[in-house]
Amino acid sequence: MTPPAIRLLWCGDTALTVEFGDRIDPVLNAAVLALDARVQAADLPGIVETVPTYRSLTIHLDPLAVDPASLETALLDLAGRPAPIRPPARVWRVPVVYGGAFGIDLDAVAAQHGLCPSAVVERHAAPEYRVVMIGFLPGYAYLDGLDPSLALSRRASPRPTTPAGTISIGGAQALVASIAAPSGWHLLGRTPVRAFLPGRDPVFLFEPGDGIRFVPTDPTRWDELDRAAAAGEPVAEVER
Amino acid sequence: MSARLVVEACTGASSFQDGGRHGYQRQGLSGSGPMDRLALAAANALVGNALGIVALELGLGGGRFRLEGGDLWMALAGAPCALRVDGVPVPDHRAFPLSEGSTLAIDAPRRGVFAYLACAGGFAVPSILGSAALHQRAGLGGLHGRGLRTGDVIDGENASRGELGSFGIPGSLDPLPLETDAPVRVVLGPQADRFTPEAVALFTDAAFAVSHRADRMGIHLDGPALAHGPHGYNIVSDATVLGSVQVPGRGRPIVLMADRQTTGGYPKIATVISADLRRVAQRRPGEAIRFRAIPLAEAFALARERAALTAALPGAVRAHAASAGDRLAGANLAGAAVDAFADPLCDGP
Repeated sequence: MTPPAIRLLWCGDTALTVEFGDRIDPVLNAAVLALDARVQAADLPGIVETVPTYRSLTIHLDPLAVDPASLETALLDLAGRPAPIRPPARVWRVPVVYGGAFGIDLDAVAAQHGLCPSAVVERHAAPEYRVVMIGFLPGYAYLDGLDPSLALSRRASPRPTTPAGTISIGGAQALVASIAAPSGWHLLGRTPVRAFLPGRDPVFLFEPGDGIRFVPTDPTRWDELDRAAAAGEPVAEVER
Repeated sequence: MSARLVVEACTGASSFQDGGRHGYQRQGLSGSGPMDRLALAAANALVGNALGIVALELGLGGGRFRLEGGDLWMALAGAPCALRVDGVPVPDHRAFPLSEGSTLAIDAPRRGVFAYLACAGGFAVPSILGSAALHQRAGLGGLHGRGLRTGDVIDGENASRGELGSFGIPGSLDPLPLETDAPVRVVLGPQADRFTPEAVALFTDAAFAVSHRADRMGIHLDGPALAHGPHGYNIVSDATVLGSVQVPGRGRPIVLMADRQTTGGYPKIATVISADLRRVAQRRPGEAIRFRAIPLAEAFALARERAALTAALPGAVRAHAASAGDRLAGANLAGAAVDAFADPLCDGP
């Protein structure tokens, strides 16, 4: 496989982005996650924190402790090494109640694709997704692996608010939302899982690189699962 | 019983902020922390605190606070505000004593946006994920995971430790320049190549104005539209940083600030250098803002300069307190307006 073209993009004096490409591609994301692990292991001076995304790793740094040229050299060396796609370290089983009040766009998405709602649920719950980025808001997990037959461009007008735990799709991407926020994506369902819960240990449930499987769940179980999740239970199970 | 402040009134957007929360941007949680880091450090230096400990950030507002259960030294730095203790004016950028039963009134700032109220020993605000800073959107940090409200009671951390006068250094850091006239320096990129060359030139030539959409997440600017290049305005989302100048589809830039979203799908034409973030933060809606591109090496040099200036604050306070004390022994310190330390704080371009 062709090694991706690596670009170093300075973001002012406090961050540097190592960009592997500009598309959604498991090969690029594998390179990002491999570099992330190497940077953390290398213990380079002045690194404050790293942010893996679909296609790039942003390194937040302390400008007082970093020599820009040395950091560039070190990162190019680490980024240029082979990065095979590895299976996820763990796969979460995430309960989802689809449709109805839990996923108000399910029927419309089905209609746009000429499918029945249960077929959309089946196709959405079939793959093992990868968490390729956690960002935007705390705990928002962006997933790769959506069945291409479900891809659908975003809504023309975003909704000013969508509920916590929303399971949605936008373009070729799938998302597990944590807290309530505006969104222009299509809402298929809701999970009681709290990807982000201050006061729980751990506060954040998922890590970039994790696997996710959605488990269609009967609406009658919502209250019980939601209460358990609010009390700090993960509710999502680790499959392996 | 320890000293505590009862919030009798508060206006604007006020929250507790410290040096910020690090290590969770990979989980979508931005660092929060002060909008004006130098002003937070100055407020803390004035009362003898470590520079990054938690203080009350007042955003384009003020308040009235009654002290109960003890005495405290306090100081306010940043945007200049009128202060009164039991109706008697006291200067900002100067430590002042507040005794039990007194009421401190803070007016909205005359200029600028953000002011910091520090108390000797710090406020007792619980730390979560390594910081007491409020991240409003996440409902995390601060007092009860939200901004300050009338009726809140704020405990002083160490207020029971001694008599009035045990804390606080009656020095001056007046004036702490807001630098709102000078251009804001940026390093171009990371996605300047997603704009037409004319748009990049326009970005550093034109005058923009701070719009009314300005908060701790981002400061939206009015002004000429910046045209994206042939690849349009959508990028596959990548990380944002403090000071990212993101340009959505309609071409109006947004400077992303302390509570920003950690990732975004719009190209970022430039990044405000760390030393100039406070210049952006302290500009009010309607005020003009210009940008000047500088090389990366200069941005690093300015970061070092700012760090040296910040580290010198406690010494400047102590030196000023000593000299003012010599000349004005026994006099009312409110009259000791000495500018000896104004010069080192003027770090404009």
